[in-house]
Amino acid sequence: MWFIKNAITRKNLMALTGLFLCFFLVIHLLGNLQLLLAPDKAQLQYNLYSDFLSNNILIKIISYVLYASILAHTIDSIYLTIKAKKASGSPYVRDRRNRASKWYARQMMLLGTIVFAFLVIHLKNFWFTYKFGILPADANGNKDLYGLVVNSFQDLWYVIFYSIAILALGFHLLHGFFSAFRSLGLYHPTYDKLVKSIGVLFALAITAGYVIIPFYIYLNL
Amino acid sequence: MKIHLKIWRQKDQKAKGKLESYSLNEVDAKMSFLEMLDMLNLQLAKKGERPVEFDHDCREGICGQCGVMINGIAHGPLKKTTTCQLHMRSFKNGDTIYVEPFKSKAFPIIRDLKVDRSSFDEIIAAGGYISVNTGQAPEANSIPITHEEAESAFNSAACIGCGACVATCKNASAALFTSAKITQFANLPQGKKESKQRTVNMVNRMEELDFGHCTNTEACQVECPQDISVLNIARMNYEYNKAKLTK
Repeated sequence: MWFIKNAITRKNLMALTGLFLCFFLVIHLLGNLQLLLAPDKAQLQYNLYSDFLSNNILIKIISYVLYASILAHTIDSIYLTIKAKKASGSPYVRDRRNRASKWYARQMMLLGTIVFAFLVIHLKNFWFTYKFGILPADANGNKDLYGLVVNSFQDLWYVIFYSIAILALGFHLLHGFFSAFRSLGLYHPTYDKLVKSIGVLFALAITAGYVIIPFYIYLNL
Repeated sequence: MKIHLKIWRQKDQKAKGKLESYSLNEVDAKMSFLEMLDMLNLQLAKKGERPVEFDHDCREGICGQCGVMINGIAHGPLKKTTTCQLHMRSFKNGDTIYVEPFKSKAFPIIRDLKVDRSSFDEIIAAGGYISVNTGQAPEANSIPITHEEAESAFNSAACIGCGACVATCKNASAALFTSAKITQFANLPQGKKESKQRTVNMVNRMEELDFGHCTNTEACQVECPQDISVLNIARMNYEYNKAKLTK
């Protein structure tokens, strides 16, 4: 990636990896919504689903694209942020430039950092334990990931931490979704408005979807 | 009315600048912001002090020469207005006004409020023109063009190159300026012919200079005195990607 000098090309990379991650968020959420089924049904179905995902070759290939996207998106953002820091001159003594833009549009790096930190903890708790840890088997003989998820969300602090991270993700999407299309060159005013509206709905749906699950588990199970 | 000023004073490019305080007593609400600075400079000259240097030319809001940060906002609190068209009626008696130059690495400060914006000229020199043989002016209606196309190109061409977009952008990006110049040509039949090469050359030149990248915060359009649309930036990205993909 260091060989890409041009910022527009780099922003294209940010946009494409970002949109792929948006696509992943939808698939991941659809899978996780199975957690909201009746407990005994949810346990068997969710564990079967997880087992299917971890043994499917096509999913395996896509998962490597996913890891690569996360890394490319992160590294590229660090590179661009450092470049932008160098481009800004000495700070203004009186600075009220923030009246002209949304706070979450200016704080994409901060929001992204929260999401990344969350991702590391999230992968360690679930993905790593599922792949390399020891989990009891359910009635069908599949690893009981459902049990691990339900246990994790018994801790209120974990539910709060999880929700804050999802909220950060929501704001990141609120700016990132339409911004990706702009970076790729969508300049038509009508479609730009359409994409902006879809972006707001998308950010809302993803935030609500991911936040409902831990609260449902904490309050009901 | 009485106005207190805190103005950025810097002797030359290398010197360290700082804010100096001044007070003016009989400021008229009808004065433009630059006339108020003229009044200050007259007082400083009478006292034998070095006047505050600032850029200006037409004082009609169309040349793009003037431009300072007023209370932390490019061209001051009034939207769609250049510094010269801002009047003292926008301030109250007893106000303290902070006046600083546009700051970014690509715009080095020459002295006080005067900045070197020749990096914009370099972007234009890289392709912001149409190559034609000189001669008699051709018949205006020989190339058909719709009213909408002409208007759209004119909206982009309205950019006066003042640099408020760079000063406002948190990344000091010149994307709004460069994209407006690219789009004004890309919208017209005369400009379309060289569009690919122009876009690549101007974008590459912008990249070589010390500008940051665009993160679509849209702050540039909000503070732009000409209200140049951020969709120009998307158009630039489109033209650049098209040029690269269909090389």
